[in-house]
Order: sequence, then C-alpha cells, then structure tokens
Amino acid sequence: MAKTSVSSPKNVERAEYFAPGHRACQGCAEALAVRLVLKALGKDTIVGMATGCMEIISSPLPLTSWRVPWIHNAFENPAAVISGCEAGMKVMMRKGKLPEKKINFVGMGGDGATADIGFGPLSGALERGHDMIYICYDNEAYMNTGIQRSSSTPYGASTTTSPAGKKSIGQHTQKKNMVEIAAAHGIPYVATACPSFPFDLLEKVKKASETPGPAYIHILSVCPTGWRIQPADAIKYGRLAVNSCVFPLYEVVGGKHRLTYKPSEKKLIPVSEYLSGQGRFRHLTDKDIEQIQAATTLRYERLLKLSEEG
Amino acid sequence: MGKVRKGVEVSIAIADAVAQANVDVIAAYPITPQTHIVEHLSEIVADGELDAEFVPVDSEHSAMSVCCGSAAVGARTFTSTSSQGLALMSEIFFIAAAMRLPMVMALANRSLSSPLSIWNDHSDVMMVRDAGWICVFVENGQETYDNIFCGYRMSEDPNVMLPVAVNLDGFILTHMIEPVEYEDDALIRQYLPEFRMKNALHPDNPVSMGCFGMPEIYTETQMNREVGVKNSYPHIIKAWDEWGKLTGRHYRPIETYRADDAEYCIVTMGSYGETAMEVVDALRAEGEKVGVVKIRLWRPFPLDEFRKTVLGKKHLIVVDRAITFGGQGGPVATELRSALYKKDGAPTIVNYVAGLAGRDVSRKDFRNIILEGKKKAESGDTEGFTLYGLRG
Repeated sequence: MAKTSVSSPKNVERAEYFAPGHRACQGCAEALAVRLVLKALGKDTIVGMATGCMEIISSPLPLTSWRVPWIHNAFENPAAVISGCEAGMKVMMRKGKLPEKKINFVGMGGDGATADIGFGPLSGALERGHDMIYICYDNEAYMNTGIQRSSSTPYGASTTTSPAGKKSIGQHTQKKNMVEIAAAHGIPYVATACPSFPFDLLEKVKKASETPGPAYIHILSVCPTGWRIQPADAIKYGRLAVNSCVFPLYEVVGGKHRLTYKPSEKKLIPVSEYLSGQGRFRHLTDKDIEQIQAATTLRYERLLKLSEEG
Repeated sequence: MGKVRKGVEVSIAIADAVAQANVDVIAAYPITPQTHIVEHLSEIVADGELDAEFVPVDSEHSAMSVCCGSAAVGARTFTSTSSQGLALMSEIFFIAAAMRLPMVMALANRSLSSPLSIWNDHSDVMMVRDAGWICVFVENGQETYDNIFCGYRMSEDPNVMLPVAVNLDGFILTHMIEPVEYEDDALIRQYLPEFRMKNALHPDNPVSMGCFGMPEIYTETQMNREVGVKNSYPHIIKAWDEWGKLTGRHYRPIETYRADDAEYCIVTMGSYGETAMEVVDALRAEGEKVGVVKIRLWRPFPLDEFRKTVLGKKHLIVVDRAITFGGQGGPVATELRSALYKKDGAPTIVNYVAGLAGRDVSRKDFRNIILEGKKKAESGDTEGFTLYGLRG
C-alpha cells in the first residue's frame, strides 16, 4: 500500500473552511465530508455546488458557512458552472489579467445532482478535460426534500418514492455505478471515499488536487435522517458499509483499479450487519438479504480481481 | 483589425465583433438550431486570432451554466443561441440575471417547437421576457455588430451588472450578407476597457454567490432585481451615446421614421423595421400620414420615451412576432396597450401577429397591414389580434 501523506490527526489542516453554525441534521456525515474535503484542499479553492442539502444548510441569505469562494447556481449544473470558472480563470491568467495561481476548482453535488439530473453536464465537463475535481456526496436518496429515491439508492431501500409495500421490496433497481461511469470517461483520477475513513478521504482529495485534468471522487455520506439510524451511529455505518464490501474504498488511476483499504478477515462482515440496523432496510427478509449478499460478494470479487490485475 | 467596410454574413460579423471585444470565454452549443456564429468563433480561436477558451459544451443548459461560472470569476463571456436552445437554457438564463452576471448573448430569434421549425419569429425571446436581461433588438448587420460592443459596455458597467441579449432575427439577419463597417481595434479598446469585476470569485476574497432565500428575504431580493434592471436605463443610454460619439452611429431605446408629423404609425421590433420604412415611404408619396416606431430596447422597457413618442397619434398598428396563447394579443401589443391605458392622447392600438416561423412578410403585406389596420382602428375594431395571412 502506498504511503499516505495524511496519516495522523497532527498532519490534518487545522483551519476550518466550512464554518460551524450550519444547519445540517445531527450526525450528518455529509457535512463532515465537506469539512474534511475543504481541509484537504485548502484556501485556494473555488467551490461550485448543486442545489441540495449542503447548499441549503450552508447558505441561507445573508449567512454563509463558506470560507472559500463558493457559487451555487442550479441543481443540475455544478460541473458545468465550475468548468466555466476554470476556463475563465485559466484564460485570464494566460492573458495576464490575473496573477498566476494554482487554484482547485471543485464541483460538488449530491447523488441526485450527480447520477440523475446533472448526469449530462457532469459527463460533458469530464469529457472536456477541465482541470477540476467533482465530488459526489452520496447519501443514496434525495434527502433534502424528504428521502425520495434516486438512481443511486441501493436495491431494497425503502424511500418515500420507492416505498416498501406488499408488492414491492422498495427500490427494485440496482444502484447506478457512478464511479465506473466516471472512470469510463478515461479521466486521470477516480476514487471512492467515506468520512468514516478520514485519512483515506483526505489523501484522495489531495491526490485529486495534484492531478492535472478532471478527477471524480464519490463519497458515501451516511444520512441518519434518511437511513433511519441514530445520529450517533453515522460514523459506525460508514465503517459497516466499507467493511461489508457494500462500499469498497478504491481508486482508479490512469484506468487502473486499486483498493486503498481491504477489510482484514477479522473486520470483514456480512452485509446483514450493515443492513439490519437501518430503518430503510428493516422490511427485508432473510432471503432478500441473502440475495444482496450474493450481489455484493460478486461485485467485490470483480473489483478485487481488477485491483490485483493492477 | 483596422476600420474597413465589407460585405459579410451577419453571423460572421458577430463572431468578428466578439473577437474584437477580446472575449475570454465562449461557451456555446452549436445546434438547436445552428448558426455560423459559433462555428466562426471556434475558427477564430483555433487560428489564434483570439486568445479565449472555447468551451464546446454538451447542451445549451450547460452553455449558460459555463457562462455563469466564467462570468462569476470576472471573465468576459459570450454565448449565442436560438429557440429550442434558449428554452433548454431558460432555467439558467433567469439565474444569470438574478446573480447579476455580466455577459452578452447573440440571440438569433427563431420559433419554438412544436411543430419543429428553425425559422424566424420572436416566440423564443418572449418566453424569457421576464428574466431580467437587458434585451436589445437590432434590424441589420451594422446594428448587430455595433451592439455586441455596446452590449458589453452596458453589461459590465458597475452600475448595471446584468446580462445583455442582442436579439437579431434568425435567417432574415443571421444568414444575410450585408455591408458592415468594422471599427478599428484601437477604437474598440477605447470604448470597451478591460473588464474588472468587483467581488468576482477568487480565493483572495472569498464570497458566496447564489445563496438561497427564505420567505423573509426573497421578496427583497426580487425588488433588488427590479431596481437593478430599471436603474440600468440611463447607463444603457450612456453606452449608446458614447458609441455614437465615436462612430457616428446613434442608437435610442425608441427610434422613429417619418413619425414626427405622422397621424398614425406602424410599430415594429427587429428587422421588420427596414421593410416598414420602405412601405411608409411609398404610402407617404400617396398622401398617407404614416410613420414607423421601432422598439430597440425591449427590457428595461422605455416607458417614458415610448409615451413621449406616441401620445397624440391617432393609431398604432403593432406588428407582433409571437402569440400569447389565450391572452389578449401579441406580447408587444399587450404591453403597449398597458403602457397607454387611460393616458390623455393615447392612440388606439390594432395588433397583427405576422411572419411566424419565417413566413415571408413582403412590402405588399406591410402595405395591407398598414391600410387594413388603419381601417380597423377607425372602425373601432381594436380588440385582440389578427393573425396576418392565415390561410382559410
């Protein structure tokens, strides 16, 4: 495993660029992820954000939690907006209108903004090769508006628009694999991360910042409100997602897959441990869980194989 | 580029003006429907004649989104679109104005689907009438070329900070080859200094743009927009006046032709003004006391100047290029009726909607509209609108 530059709390940036006092729910792991991401990026960063939880909780006029320049424009266009910021700055620096400076251009959106409504603009921005980072904070549904399903909602989850019922398991489609879709654009850096593994997350954001060209990071952001768990358990569920291989931590660098964290035999757990405590999955039968286990194992084994191939 | 007069396709003249304006970012989607503006701009950038980022986006929605991003960092920004493309980007079109992001768009006016049509009318711009952009209408190649520079001057004025749409009739103007007098680069630089945006996004001065508004503050933000658009008016006039001083080509929010002593006038917006002037000349020779009133500035609407121009006339025959389905007439006539309601000396208004989706409106047609319109006005037949040339 590669040596990380951020391996202890002592190395983590002390400055806060996502100010406290925002209005996120208790235990919001997405707000934690935003805070960590900004620590990794530092002050020379411009953020373009989608409409959604993070925008609403952080920018009620005339207040803001953002200590870096920040722009929200619409739901589906953070990738396009930030690509415009990058293009504008790049040309103004080239023309001598602005002094040269390394700036991180970072688009941010939830899973709905990324995998559904903003899918086209994101694909366009990645394909055009802007020097930008796009971060998807995936809490696996439209949480801001009351837990509606997205294409990133996992199979079997009950949401307000994919409710479990007598004739439905809830979400009956498989979670859209945004990570592999981003990687399929042939961009130089793609990774998954989770704030329950903060050093891994910080390291990946730093790598993305240092990589010229587009980078995509998909962060599993546990949502106690939408997943129907206790706020105090947000970090725990992030760990369970990773250790059950439901959400493996890996990166795709120059097209090559590499697991950055592999649960040891001692830590490896069945998906039932991850699913059982969550209200959104409580209707699942043992047979349903078996099916999810089989699908998860299959996906993880494929990833392992890709990772071993290097 | 030095001062030169040449025959050029109007779309090409627009692209050349954008290059002379030393634009930083061009984000445009080339289709829905297509003009040569974007094609020629990409050539200019590819040949190194303009140092700009040409962002070939995935859709018009992304085009306007990229423009918002680039304008937010203070880059001089240009885009161009039409009909369906404008409809697709309309969400962000509104946001651009609300966020006070300066940019110029060449809006080649074309009809909205369905049925699908790529030809000219004003149904696209009327859809975004209330977005808060400055909307200028031009009627020939020279006016188009000039108003790209005037547009930037207005848009980037610290007292304005609003996006500007230069409306030109699709095909009727965009695809015509016309004589256009190009100005010298030095004159352009004098007229249009480098853009320095206060409060642009930059790490040295972190600002938050596009925050959300609770009901306690939303109303005030909208009043702020209204005041912003209204207050842009004198600065628009100033931008045109200074252009006039430098080039001898003058622009006014409301322009007229043989209207001073006219008893009644035909009102046009866009390229129809030129045909109307020719027909008015012919009718004048026959003794008709008719003139032309042309609306150049559609937003902010030049209420006082319009009233000053038309109060005391007997009739106005307003030619609209779009229908407000289920409404009371074309969008222009509806607005003009409202502007004159209960005003002393207000002319009666007769409304025609003509030339939808590029159907030709010839000099003969204008003559019919004027004479038939006058009869309607005299007989009191002034409600609603007439769809001119409708086949039975």
